[in-house]
Amino acid sequence: MISRTHVLVCGGTGCAASKSTEIMAQFEKHFLAKGIEKEAKVVKTGCFGLCEKGPIVVIYPEGATYANVKPEDVKEIVEEHLLKGRIVKRLLLGDTEAQDVARSLENVGFFSRQLRIALRNCGVINPEVIDEYIARDGYAALGKVLTKMKPQDVIAEMKKSGLRGRGGGGFPTGMKWEFAAVQKADRKYVCCNADEGDPGAFMDRSVLEGDPHSIIEAMAIAGYAIGANQGYVYVRAEYPIAVQRLRLAMDQARGYGLLGKNIFETGFDFELEIRLGAGAFVCGEETALMTSIEGHRGEPRPRPPFPAVKGLWQKPTILNNVETFANVPVIINKGADWFASIGTEKSKGTKVFAVGGKINNTGLVEIPMGTPLREVIYDIGGGIPNGKAFKAVQTGGPSGGCIPAAHIDVPIEYDTLIALGSMMGSGGMIVMDEDNCMVDIARFFLEFTVDESCGKCPPCRIGTKRMLEILERITQGKGELSDLEKLETLANSIKQSALCGLGQTAPNPVLSTLRYFRDEYLAHVVDKKCPAGVCKAMMTYSIVEDKCKGCGICAKRCPVDAISGVVKLPYRIDQGKCIKCGVCMDSCKFAAITFK
Amino acid sequence: MKSLKDLEAIRDRAKQEMSLRETENKTRIIVGMATCGIAAGARPIMAAFNQELELRGLHSASVSITGCVGVCRYEPMCDVIDPNGDRTTYINLDAGKVRRIVAEHIVNRRPVTAFTIGAAER
Ligand SMILES: Cc1cc2nc3c(=O)[nH]c(=O)nc-3n(C[C@H](O)[C@H](O)[C@H](O)COP(=O)(O)O)c2cc1C
Ligand code: SF4
Ligand code: SF4
Ligand code: FES
Repeated sequence: MISRTHVLVCGGTGCAASKSTEIMAQFEKHFLAKGIEKEAKVVKTGCFGLCEKGPIVVIYPEGATYANVKPEDVKEIVEEHLLKGRIVKRLLLGDTEAQDVARSLENVGFFSRQLRIALRNCGVINPEVIDEYIARDGYAALGKVLTKMKPQDVIAEMKKSGLRGRGGGGFPTGMKWEFAAVQKADRKYVCCNADEGDPGAFMDRSVLEGDPHSIIEAMAIAGYAIGANQGYVYVRAEYPIAVQRLRLAMDQARGYGLLGKNIFETGFDFELEIRLGAGAFVCGEETALMTSIEGHRGEPRPRPPFPAVKGLWQKPTILNNVETFANVPVIINKGADWFASIGTEKSKGTKVFAVGGKINNTGLVEIPMGTPLREVIYDIGGGIPNGKAFKAVQTGGPSGGCIPAAHIDVPIEYDTLIALGSMMGSGGMIVMDEDNCMVDIARFFLEFTVDESCGKCPPCRIGTKRMLEILERITQGKGELSDLEKLETLANSIKQSALCGLGQTAPNPVLSTLRYFRDEYLAHVVDKKCPAGVCKAMMTYSIVEDKCKGCGICAKRCPVDAISGVVKLPYRIDQGKCIKCGVCMDSCKFAAITFK
Repeated sequence: MKSLKDLEAIRDRAKQEMSLRETENKTRIIVGMATCGIAAGARPIMAAFNQELELRGLHSASVSITGCVGVCRYEPMCDVIDPNGDRTTYINLDAGKVRRIVAEHIVNRRPVTAFTIGAAER
């Protein structure tokens, strides 16, 4: 009998951490208890992109989406929803106002404006069952390519689609494949970059966890197109669930003859291996990644020669990002023209963003290229919490920059972001509100790159360190006006002379905040004030005379005796002694103490 | 797996099972299944719908349940909601009626007026 109900439970990293495995077991248990185990079925899926609200449970055919489900809630869901057909409203995703119609995923604002191509199967199929991938036209693209297309047709199709790399650089994928295809060599390689080093980005993990077969299929297609029979997926070791699902998917594909020798009896062989990276940011850079696969220390090397000519073991190699690959089977199945009809003139298709920071709906969103930033922040993201003002958004992670509120109507595509001094990057999007200090943000990202610099070339090793020291001085209130110029000079020379992309882009967050928020830097170095109230060193506790009743409590509580005064008259804080512990502020019953 | 045909065979088999998760363009059959409905034999009705759909390999319709509809004397009953939102309420169902509803309403898109609540109230 076909089940009449499918209970989809998210098995992504986020939800697994909040007990989704136990929830699945609870469902199975209650199905048995109620004798409906033949009618209802539990399906483990990949990430829905709503991890913050996880664990997520979606029940079909209604398509009702439950959020923050706890193992204790399962009994109620089974008894009410599955047995009586009554949606459990208190657990529904989104505003839970009385509503008779089941809220389906498609109706929730968060999803209704998205267009899911790369994430098409995430949260829809069970990634551990190859048949579910095949049911959604999985491996049909590989079949089509091998039986009906020549390698050059595949490359022509990729070029026509306009697909550009989703890993950061935005290089046209078809062109990259063509460079490698025209090389004459006895061996060639296809590599997948699943290193995902940008802090805050997790779309690659979600694809690997939720739809691993799409990557396997795409890599085989790429292999056929360039003439390679061997592929490597470079995944960071911190992604155990992704690695385990990918391994399982590879075994299943081999079992079906979709990997290995003589695929679809066409004489085409393709094998895949996984390589675990230790998680250094620089290992995501293409030359460092290949050096690391070869078993050496992951350090970049100068280009040219480009990997398409001399890559892995000196053989022609292509490297693409996970999300880039995830688009490939769909392009083959639906055609380049269909894909090219989505997006803008120079940026085709969609892009997945990991939206985080000061925003109501955090999570993964996939939107057509050219969607205005405003729509992402307000319509999909649900705006800024607590009625605060939107200040800026950081895209491109530590290599990118910020887009200030004045540019909120910018259409999101590769070139517009670059024109604003930021970049698409791998798709991290961190939203900042009025309480964020932009100098501190720049310091945060630079600190990350200083830690991650491999140290091979001096501009990056020494230069970024000097920049960080200056920023630290500024945030401690010890900056000078001339520091701003020094920062700019250093930044520009590092950009020009560093060996790899890490160093070349490291100054971007500093340059971009200097460009849009120079007044905040000036407030720090001239007035010695942090307008957002973040840089503690520049803030002081003080007593507002009008409000102080002279009770003396604060003076008694102060651990370093920094407060003095005469009873019934306003007290005073000695700034030289104050250690900024904040005890006085908590102890004052009259709210007479401020911290600014 | 040797050929595209093999792949298609797996796809078609798996698709049937997966079609439940598509919400667009579907006819929804909702069977009343609160206490009164269950007492009136709604469970076999639901099973009958499922069996009939499976037999005919129909992916365009799904069966789900709802609570008390408030007109217990007509149980077992069901609502059929067409993709365009039109709702038809069938009452006093039995296995024979289920077969005809699937054949005429679901397959041929012609509601079986004689079994509807409107016919009984007239
Ligand atoms: C420091 C540094 C880190 C990078 N990290 C990643 C990464 O984590 N994932 C990724 O796909 N690309 C990363 N890249 C970009 C890769 O070098 C390469 O351009 C990309 O994987 C190519 O694939 P695509 O054309 O499909 O985007 C990084 C680049 C640099 C300079
Ligand atoms: S730029 Fe930085 S990360 Fe890149 S090679 Fe030089 S030191 Fe290493
Ligand atoms: S506790 Fe408040 S009111 Fe009392 S002396 Fe301190 S600042 Fe003044
Ligand atoms: S891990 Fe469950 S929604 Fe992302």
